[in-house]
Amino acid sequence: MKKAWIHLLLIVGAIVMIIPFFWMISTSFKSYLESMQIPPTIFPEQLRLENYVSVFESANFLTYYANTIFVTVVRTAAQLFLCSMAAYAFARLEFPFKNTLFIFILSVLMVPIQVILIPNYALLSQFGWIDTFYALIIPGIFSAFGVFLLRQFFMGIPKELDEAAIIDGCSKWGVYWRVILPNAKPALVALGIFTVLASWNDFMWPLVMTNSADMRVLSVGIANFEGQYTTEYPLLMAAALMSTIPMLLMFLFLQKHLIAGIALGGVRR
Amino acid sequence: MARVTVNVDSAPTFKKKKWIKDGWWALLFIGPTLLGLFTFYIGPAIASFALSFTHWDGLTSPTFAGLENVIALFTSPVFMRSLLNTLVFMLVAVPASLAFATLIAVLLNQRIRGMIFYRALYFLPVVTMPIAVGMVWKWLYNTEFGLFNYLLGAVGLPQPEWLFNPSIALLSVIAVYVWMTIGNNVILILAGLQSVDPGYYEAAEIDGASKVRQFFSITLPLITPTLFFVIVTAMISSLQVFDLLFVMIGDTTALVGPLRTIVYGVYESGFMFSQMGYASAQAFILFLLILGITILQFVGQKKWVHYDG
Repeated sequence: MKKAWIHLLLIVGAIVMIIPFFWMISTSFKSYLESMQIPPTIFPEQLRLENYVSVFESANFLTYYANTIFVTVVRTAAQLFLCSMAAYAFARLEFPFKNTLFIFILSVLMVPIQVILIPNYALLSQFGWIDTFYALIIPGIFSAFGVFLLRQFFMGIPKELDEAAIIDGCSKWGVYWRVILPNAKPALVALGIFTVLASWNDFMWPLVMTNSADMRVLSVGIANFEGQYTTEYPLLMAAALMSTIPMLLMFLFLQKHLIAGIALGGVRR
Repeated sequence: MARVTVNVDSAPTFKKKKWIKDGWWALLFIGPTLLGLFTFYIGPAIASFALSFTHWDGLTSPTFAGLENVIALFTSPVFMRSLLNTLVFMLVAVPASLAFATLIAVLLNQRIRGMIFYRALYFLPVVTMPIAVGMVWKWLYNTEFGLFNYLLGAVGLPQPEWLFNPSIALLSVIAVYVWMTIGNNVILILAGLQSVDPGYYEAAEIDGASKVRQFFSITLPLITPTLFFVIVTAMISSLQVFDLLFVMIGDTTALVGPLRTIVYGVYESGFMFSQMGYASAQAFILFLLILGITILQFVGQKKWVHYDG
């Protein structure tokens, strides 16, 4: 009986969580006229795919996809590599100013992106990077959060493993590459998922750092799309759904890792 | 981030030679990250502080302006409104998200069927692109053809102009934000709940404490470290919401006033009106606000956060 109450409350909550997704999917199959019908139809009269076709015809959606995938893949790979290297040093090596440098890393966590946006814009235009992949990718591969997350995890890997490897003739690099990384897969997967999500959904940075249609990423692309077709909700919903489907799929497949990762890391960047 | 453990265990007796050898390795491992963080985060943060004291259009060289930007901001009704909006956003969104998330997490912490299914549902909005979230809700909120007003009308309830009534527009956006962030908080709190020793509840059962009593006397105090972490991070991110507001405002200038926050102001001044110095000053005020709130919470935690169970 008590369990029934719990389920009832959870189901009510779940409905609230799911309604927007339902409405997004339902609208994306409607014709423009059907979407403006009063009373609205809950399910589309028929499953029209026209909106999906129109999205690809009226915007460079394929370019946006390609840009987003490219930026996300490079950023994630580079970030995992750089963060894990730095985290290894903080977890295992002895060197001057170690604590000071670590506090420095932690302080970077507190700087909101809006504070650094304008100077970075100036800096990147000095470099001639505005409106190029360099601007979209390179600043995004350095992450204080990533270093912190991985360092916490690396500290938990038994030191005996390192020592055994060193006796076998491994260098510091060998220990990092052959001992730490293979043993830190859960943390790397978690950070990877966070980075993919942050990069895919990132909006303000690409909005400011790029201006040509060729360099646009999905988030900026659909926001721009919205400006052009403000009332054509079926089109907008199709675009919104498509831009987010890869992340929804990733979530469904990697759910377990993601939840473990959140318990591990705590924050999204 | 379970606990910030800054390592001070470096042994006092290490050999100097090893120290130098490790130093070179450390430079190799940390160098790239340090260089990147300096170039793209710390350097710009310092520059932003300096730019706050200038007038700059982004093209010609900046001219020194002293405190003019800051004075202009604090005498501008537009900025004061955006400051107020930012604070209202945080003060409504964070407690609401936290209260719902705690309730859901407690329910999900019972042994029930379909746990994974529920968890996935509640987490779905977290992985959805905020721009897409904003677009869907704008459509749900649509006064004429939106689902919400249709459902409300069908049962004879009043149909508010969600976004277009200036006195509730901000609340409407906050509701979306709460919806979007609940899942994240649920997972965090759930992780905290699962680390509570079940022995406490068994003892309480024997003493005849009710479920509600158990929640307030056992669960709540024991998860305060988790709650503290959730509150700190939730407050920081609620002060920085941009994409959601950007979509909700859209090209409807009428919505800018009721919805503009500091972050929106930074974007507007800097990249729409090319007033980089003025924008930097706003960004810096935001930074001080975040810093202040974070410090206040770290000071205040002694009053309510229990670290030993």
